[in-house]
Amino acid sequence: MAAAESYPDDLKYHEEHDWARVEGDEAVLGITWFAADALGELVHFEPPEVGSTVTKDQSYGEIESVKAVSDVIAPLSGEVLEVNEQVVGAPETVNEDPYGNGWLLRIRVADPGETDALLDVGAYRELLASQ
Amino acid sequence: MSATLLHTPLHERHVELGARMVPFAGWEMPVQYDGVIPEHRAVRTDAGVFDVSHMGELEVEGPRARDLLQGALSNDLDKLEPGQAQYTLLTNEDGGIIDDLIAYRVGECSYLLVVNASNRENAYAWLKEREIRGSDVRDVSDDCALLAVQGPRAIERLGLPPARPFTFAEASIDGVEVMVNRTGYTGEEGCELLCMSEDAVRLWDAVLERGAVPCGLGARDTLRLEVCYPLHGNDIGPETDAISAGLGWACALDKDFAGVEVLRRVKADGPERRLVAFVMEEKAIPRPGMPIEAGGEVTSGSHSPMLEVGIGLGYVPAAAAKPDTELTIDVRGRPRRARVVKKPIYKRED
Repeated sequence: MAAAESYPDDLKYHEEHDWARVEGDEAVLGITWFAADALGELVHFEPPEVGSTVTKDQSYGEIESVKAVSDVIAPLSGEVLEVNEQVVGAPETVNEDPYGNGWLLRIRVADPGETDALLDVGAYRELLASQ
Repeated sequence: MSATLLHTPLHERHVELGARMVPFAGWEMPVQYDGVIPEHRAVRTDAGVFDVSHMGELEVEGPRARDLLQGALSNDLDKLEPGQAQYTLLTNEDGGIIDDLIAYRVGECSYLLVVNASNRENAYAWLKEREIRGSDVRDVSDDCALLAVQGPRAIERLGLPPARPFTFAEASIDGVEVMVNRTGYTGEEGCELLCMSEDAVRLWDAVLERGAVPCGLGARDTLRLEVCYPLHGNDIGPETDAISAGLGWACALDKDFAGVEVLRRVKADGPERRLVAFVMEEKAIPRPGMPIEAGGEVTSGSHSPMLEVGIGLGYVPAAAAKPDTELTIDVRGRPRRARVVKKPIYKRED
């Protein structure tokens, strides 16, 4: 079952509907409920390779529903430490739990200063309201 | 743009049900309600209902209606008795496909053609130009609504008697007069209910009350793709011929119709390329327009909700068209392996 709409307070958000949970010098990345809902039931995640580098504001992978393909945009730059294999095997996990089991990547953050450019939950909700 | 999109008589019902509405062939149509995958599975296991009122209905009547249509359509119309229907193609002089449609023989001298929404004007204009004395072509689409009720329990839920595929009869469903056509675009048993536009809401409500799940165009597309029914505009069109598309069975090459000489030649020489069905061997979802390494391209592609893999249709050189041939598909720069399979891609295990 798809999750109910929510945007946790402890995350940083990117305007392309991606989130980052910063934990020390690492961060976990994913897509927001809004993005997952707009795409519909996800059926494929094409992840980057572990050890490759993702760059803030650039695509690091693709996520697909039955009808649509979408680039996934990196909210922060860094080296890929881990890909969520549960999502690769069962992409609908993102619809069911976008901020928990539906995370996509764990990265080592290259520049902690980049976090300042991200939105807090209030600003992200305002962005959604304006769209 | 959205102000110019057409609405079916059921538009308000779709919005009330929370459907996601999208533009399609000039219409604003529901692409999904609860989700493509649950809707798809409802049709494969029970019953689903689709509003396909955007499709066109052309009436062709008169003592020479048969002559007009026999010269314009690929299949042999003389095989139809009143009460029977057939899949057929409206072809151009080059053997290309103007539209694929179902022709219903309503009476001795009266036929109904159900055509694709996107080709309604073209099909009408093509036939109107070729009208002969004693034949009359009318576009009655605006008077009609069409609901496809599909799935192994569709007929039972509607309280209809069993009937052979490609037959039709008048019936009353919860007080609404309908023409029940034993046809569809999902590969399942079921029917398509044609009613007057003003009765559409009552019929829709009755069909939902009887337990059919509302389904959108998203599921309609994945359902037809699993059973390899071509989609006009993707898999077939004015530039593609029926023989290469695997639709030779719908072409009576021993009669005269537009483009028949071309089709006879393609058949005699063997087509240079063929429309094949394929299943991905690696995790990837094929999409229309993706190149196939052997030559050719994907014309339809999606995720199969029943097989849970990427599936598609595409044109390949004839030498690569045999089942089990391995194909490589260029998925946005990544080569991904696929295998040609016999059509249909999905068939229920009985």
